[in-house]
Amino acid sequence: MTAVDAQTLPQDEAHDRAAAITSRAYFGALMRDRVAFVSAIFLGLLLIAALGADLLAPYEPNQANLRARFVPPLGTARDGGFHLLGTDELGRDLFSRLMHGARVSMSIGLLGALCSGIVGITLGVLAGFYRGLLEDVLMRAVDGMMALPSLLIALFILFVIGPGFGNLILIFTLLHWMVFARMARSLTLNHQQHTYITAARAIGGSDRRIILTHLLPNMISPLIVLFTLEIAVLILSEASLSFLGFGVQAPQSSWGLMIARGREYISSAWWLVVMPGAAIFLTALALNLVAAWARAITDPVQRWRWLTPPRRNSQPIDDED
Amino acid sequence: MRAMQPYETLDAVPAPLLDIRDLRVSFDTPHGLVKAVGGVSWSLSPGETLGIIGESGSGKSVGLEAIMGLIKSPPGHVSGQVLFDGRDVLTMAERDRRQLRGEKIAMIFQDAMSALNPSLTVGTQIAEVYRLRRKCSQAEAERKAIELMDRVKIPSAKTRVGCYPHEFSGGMCQRVMIATALALNPQILIADEPTTALDVTVQRQIMTLLAELQREDGMALVLITHDLGLVAETVDRAMVMYAGRIVESGPVDALFETPTHPYTRGLIRSMPRLDGASGALHAIGGTPPAAGRMPRGCAFHPRCEQRVDRCLTERPNLRMVAKGQAAACHLAEETRHD
Repeated sequence: MTAVDAQTLPQDEAHDRAAAITSRAYFGALMRDRVAFVSAIFLGLLLIAALGADLLAPYEPNQANLRARFVPPLGTARDGGFHLLGTDELGRDLFSRLMHGARVSMSIGLLGALCSGIVGITLGVLAGFYRGLLEDVLMRAVDGMMALPSLLIALFILFVIGPGFGNLILIFTLLHWMVFARMARSLTLNHQQHTYITAARAIGGSDRRIILTHLLPNMISPLIVLFTLEIAVLILSEASLSFLGFGVQAPQSSWGLMIARGREYISSAWWLVVMPGAAIFLTALALNLVAAWARAITDPVQRWRWLTPPRRNSQPIDDED
Repeated sequence: MRAMQPYETLDAVPAPLLDIRDLRVSFDTPHGLVKAVGGVSWSLSPGETLGIIGESGSGKSVGLEAIMGLIKSPPGHVSGQVLFDGRDVLTMAERDRRQLRGEKIAMIFQDAMSALNPSLTVGTQIAEVYRLRRKCSQAEAERKAIELMDRVKIPSAKTRVGCYPHEFSGGMCQRVMIATALALNPQILIADEPTTALDVTVQRQIMTLLAELQREDGMALVLITHDLGLVAETVDRAMVMYAGRIVESGPVDALFETPTHPYTRGLIRSMPRLDGASGALHAIGGTPPAAGRMPRGCAFHPRCEQRVDRCLTERPNLRMVAKGQAAACHLAEETRHD
């Protein structure tokens, strides 16, 4: 009887809904959210610039040109070369250097957040899932590590093991996994109380399966937000470490290192500090703004609110009444 | 359903499918050990429908969760025997036990909306066990999911497999839940208050569906509920639980016609009736005891209208009072002859 009742109801809606969840719908949702859209475009361009720096950069980033020293932004050097963001004390094009620096800054941010995320989420989920001694030890460790002054520890360790790209990632993993662990644990505790975890166990799911297919997908959207924000934090940390001379070493270049170098000329050539500073600021800002959008799009319960245009009044499907 | 399988014929079935012997469940709490279920024995024959009736906190759900192996230890402690087809489930290796769940015994839960994973499509969830155990392809799993959705009468299953639980109504979610449980044709389906969260018309549809499926597959159904009306309509045999123990059990007709235990009588008297006198409904005075503070003697004595001195000190055992009917009351015989 239910079947008959329900057949008479319009089925288009379910069909519509299923069809709506396509890449076009994602794009449409992004378009409607102007701020996120601009941020996404900015990050996209940044990514292209970083990846294609070798091909796209107008000048060789480490090519000194003494005839083109301290050219201001939008200025033309004496040899006729146009420099969008000006040049530094050795006549190197700032725009090209920013593009190459983006590669280092972005990859440190991404890799650092990824490594600390993997370590932190794994430990946090295990602690929340199995509780007991593991949880106690781990969470006390987290508390302890959170209390450490991270910049000081980073400086100390980098002083001992030496600076460099790989060591930076290592330090960042060591100093940032706790944030993920804490969040993953509390999310696990929260979701474990839901009946669907009991139900998964009742149909014979193993612990591994319950964690991987039932817990993690439900935890992913807050974690994605944290991940995006961590990238911004790490780009900033990298900048301060490089600024202090313990991060990326010349001839490699990063935004932080560029600020450090430009500091000496701040009174005569402001752009040497302002341009990389602006790059750091805008990237961190864009990541923060995109985070909100990423949250909505990765949450299956909230997703359709974003994907369907606001004028449509969508109701959950109800066949029974 | 009851008419098709009279209780008397089931009585003759030699080996029960599920045999519970002296099942006890207790929990470590900051206030000491708390007994949730204290020594419960019952059995279930193939194809039978058993109702377990009780208030919240009477141990009905906890007992079934213990049988399914869903009690975490620590803090939980489970003892006794749970024989499925003659094998003790409680002493089995975790691996074998997992195999049993879903494959032989399935369970559906009270609030289907929260018993479904919000981040997976219903199709994925319905076919999950099937994929897990039968190691089939994605396409085959989807076919199976559609087939199961058709069986539980979810309309236009083909377009709905890709939907998420939040796009379904409560009744539809419960159907999805049932489809999930049926994936491997289990021999026993445990339904923990399957209709409590639903409105009355949907309740009836779900119960009709369960009865139909049971008839088709011949699976046994254990129905946990506090809805006496539901029990009267659907069940062959029922048990009444109070404070972690069975206080009365028997064929459902006998229970309703000649309830013996004062608690059962109280429950039946507190049901609204269409015939007979109007007026205020009967209510059992007092509240059930907290699990940590169980009274001495019969757990029901503080609320019992007929208690005698013996009830304060000595706990009555469950004993036969009529064919197939047992009650745990010192005054069982007297009551019956009233």
